[in-house]
Amino acid sequence: MGHYVLRRVLQMIPVFFGATLLIFLMVYSLPGDPIAAMFGDKAADPAQVASLRHQYYLDQPLWKQYLHYMNNIFHLDFGTSFTGRPVSEIMADAFPVTIRLALVAFFFEIFIGLPLGLIAGLYRGSIADTLVLVLTLIVISIPVFVLGYIAQTIFAINLGWVTATVQDSTDITQLILPGLVLASLSLAYVARLTRTSIGENLRADYMRTAVAKGLPRQTVIGRHLLRNSLIPVVTFLGTDLGALMGGAIVTEGIFNIAGVGNVLYKAINQKEGPTVVGIVTVLVLVYLVASLVVDLLYAVLDPRIRYA
Amino acid sequence: MPTGTRVRWAVVSATSVALVATGCGSSGDSGSGGGSSDTSKTFTYQSSEPQNPLQPANANEVGGGRIVQNLFKGLADYDPSSGKLRMQVADSIDTSDAQTYTVTLKSGWTFHDGTPVTAQSFVDAWNWAANVGNNQINSSWFGDIEGYKDVHPENGSPTTDKMSGLTVQDDTHFTIKLYNKVSYFPYKLGYVAFSPLPEGFFKDPAGYGQKPVGNGPYEFVSWDHNSQVVTKTFANYQGVDKPKNGGVVFKMYTTAEAAYADLQSNNLDVMDQVPPSALANYKNDLGDRAIDAPQGAIQNIGFTLYQPEWQGANTAKVRQGLSMAIDRDTITKTVLQGSRKSATAWVAEGVEGYKSGTCGDFCTYNPDKAKQLIQEGGGVPGNAIKITYNADGGHKEWVDAVCNSIRQATGVNCSGDAKTDFKTARAAITGHQINGLFRTGWVQDYPLNANFLADVYRTGAASNDTGYSSPEFDKLANEADQADSIQDTATGYQKAEEQLALDMPAIPLWYYRTNSGFSTNVQNVEFDSFGNPAWTQVEVKG
Repeated sequence: MGHYVLRRVLQMIPVFFGATLLIFLMVYSLPGDPIAAMFGDKAADPAQVASLRHQYYLDQPLWKQYLHYMNNIFHLDFGTSFTGRPVSEIMADAFPVTIRLALVAFFFEIFIGLPLGLIAGLYRGSIADTLVLVLTLIVISIPVFVLGYIAQTIFAINLGWVTATVQDSTDITQLILPGLVLASLSLAYVARLTRTSIGENLRADYMRTAVAKGLPRQTVIGRHLLRNSLIPVVTFLGTDLGALMGGAIVTEGIFNIAGVGNVLYKAINQKEGPTVVGIVTVLVLVYLVASLVVDLLYAVLDPRIRYA
Repeated sequence: MPTGTRVRWAVVSATSVALVATGCGSSGDSGSGGGSSDTSKTFTYQSSEPQNPLQPANANEVGGGRIVQNLFKGLADYDPSSGKLRMQVADSIDTSDAQTYTVTLKSGWTFHDGTPVTAQSFVDAWNWAANVGNNQINSSWFGDIEGYKDVHPENGSPTTDKMSGLTVQDDTHFTIKLYNKVSYFPYKLGYVAFSPLPEGFFKDPAGYGQKPVGNGPYEFVSWDHNSQVVTKTFANYQGVDKPKNGGVVFKMYTTAEAAYADLQSNNLDVMDQVPPSALANYKNDLGDRAIDAPQGAIQNIGFTLYQPEWQGANTAKVRQGLSMAIDRDTITKTVLQGSRKSATAWVAEGVEGYKSGTCGDFCTYNPDKAKQLIQEGGGVPGNAIKITYNADGGHKEWVDAVCNSIRQATGVNCSGDAKTDFKTARAAITGHQINGLFRTGWVQDYPLNANFLADVYRTGAASNDTGYSSPEFDKLANEADQADSIQDTATGYQKAEEQLALDMPAIPLWYYRTNSGFSTNVQNVEFDSFGNPAWTQVEVKG
């Protein structure tokens, strides 16, 4: 087990280098000149452009820029943005916001999606099952931005139950609505995955044995059925955590949340290399850690799986 | 370049320019009829995260520009009710030859840290900002001043850190000597780049860029990145526009939709521009809290005059014909939902020296005449044109509409050529890598017609993207620059503008408007031609 984890962690090192290099190359190959764009429609003063380019190390060949960047990273310096702010500070601001939002969404996925799927799976063909199927179908087929604006108009502007946008991202109650919108799509997937998985396992031999042994229904469902049915759901949830962090840009825009998605979008627009590479690298690491945790969870859920 | 992207350069200082107050659509007093106000309360304004440190000569986009112009105050600014130049720190700016200016300062002005604002504060600030090594985006604004080329050489390092044209006489007097006569130089001094800086700034420019200390009506309190910049009223502010509120809180929004939702639910007090999705309904939604005011900005379609097919005297007729083939009134009403007003000249409405109708018939829709002119001019090369534009600025709809209009009126095949984003489009335009026509525009740096003409159409001007070069225009512009008064300059430039109608280097399309609104918490909200509210006049209800 310990060996397995160590090996996985070591594997992250080449992935880290590969990811930074690839992202660096991609940012570099974005069209347009970020320095000239600072001047807007006004023609950029050539002497000033040259001086600015020098300041941001953009006057060097690409490989030198990359080496310079990596060298700084090893001194824990992620570079500075065009506003003169260290990228590490920008990340330290944006990530907590996004993590909070992602956790709220994650909470909804688990505590609404799972029970819905469980009920639908246990009572297949019932009204509850049909209702869950229809509801999830609606959520899956409506794009998230439509859902977001509808929720905002109804709950904030018409009913006035919540503020239209997030005024203070440390206040969890304000994150409930954006969290629900962000979670909606995955929530539907979780419900459907659970339903299918439960439906399959209901007919499994070990279930018949458990019922035949006379175990209470609660134990049969909780310990035997649910636990075994969770493996595909956990796989989905693990990768989804990464998606929630980097892919919340639409929701963040609607509810004006200054999270990673927004910062990243702005940085890509401005071709602000250090910010893009820094944030995306951290996101890649989040994915890697999440998938490691998922793999370890398999062993907890299904004792037949062992890591040597 | 307004709608192109968030980078909208030179959004010039302070509250300014007439029209707003005199019933051009903006509502002065708010809905509930001018109730009592509380001068200690702050109001929120929609902003975007500044893209550069908050230094006066580094703020050329709206996010940073609006904040900086409230924190700093230069020698002069523009009066919100008349649009004229208004003295602030300066008591007077005198000249006898339009080349050497003597500035006399008022006494009593201090920075927010208590240190006095002296002649030295201005001269040091300008020398620092003009220096190429200090990487200020608006450094070229100081290019008129003698000695600029020494601190800002085209190649290599500066040979000195002081411009020879600036001389301090005593604490309240200094002189500015220019390379050439520029009769409207005081107009430029209204721009925020010409603000003074406190002594402490020069020891730590980067630190002051994060925590600016200015001399404006509002003093900096905090910058909570990506969330808000908080300011409060500066008690010892000496300007003529004493704030009637307790401060401005700049709230950062990434989308106009989110800001509009907040405005409707009173979580935001004044906004910038309503989102396109709300243009049709915002006047219904907000009632007398809606604002529709003119802006000193124009949208044009430029021609690549540096290419052989657009050279030659006859091609001007083709360009005039294309201009007449565009049904401006219908497009502004339908596609643009009344958010623009058809242009009749190359200078935007409300600007000093604006004269309507300079473009004359050439800016009036007339399909028959259009077809005839194009034929007389020898037709469009290949009978097809492409309009290059940036896809990230909401231009697609009107470019398509313009193309349809041209196609239907003249049979010329017209299509849009979208570049992925603003910077890509700009690179293609300035690199001369496009063919035919391109979207362009101009936002005033200062409300004077010279800014719309000299900076865009003079031979070799920095923003002359069309490559237009007319000896007649240059001659008239030079004559206007040599005039002794601003009025004469403005009249001179009106003559130069007439030359544009003959050559049609760019087709004027329409003037921008400010479509905005405010919450029920505030009253007395008026917008100037820069698209900014008159900050200090806003009253917060008690």
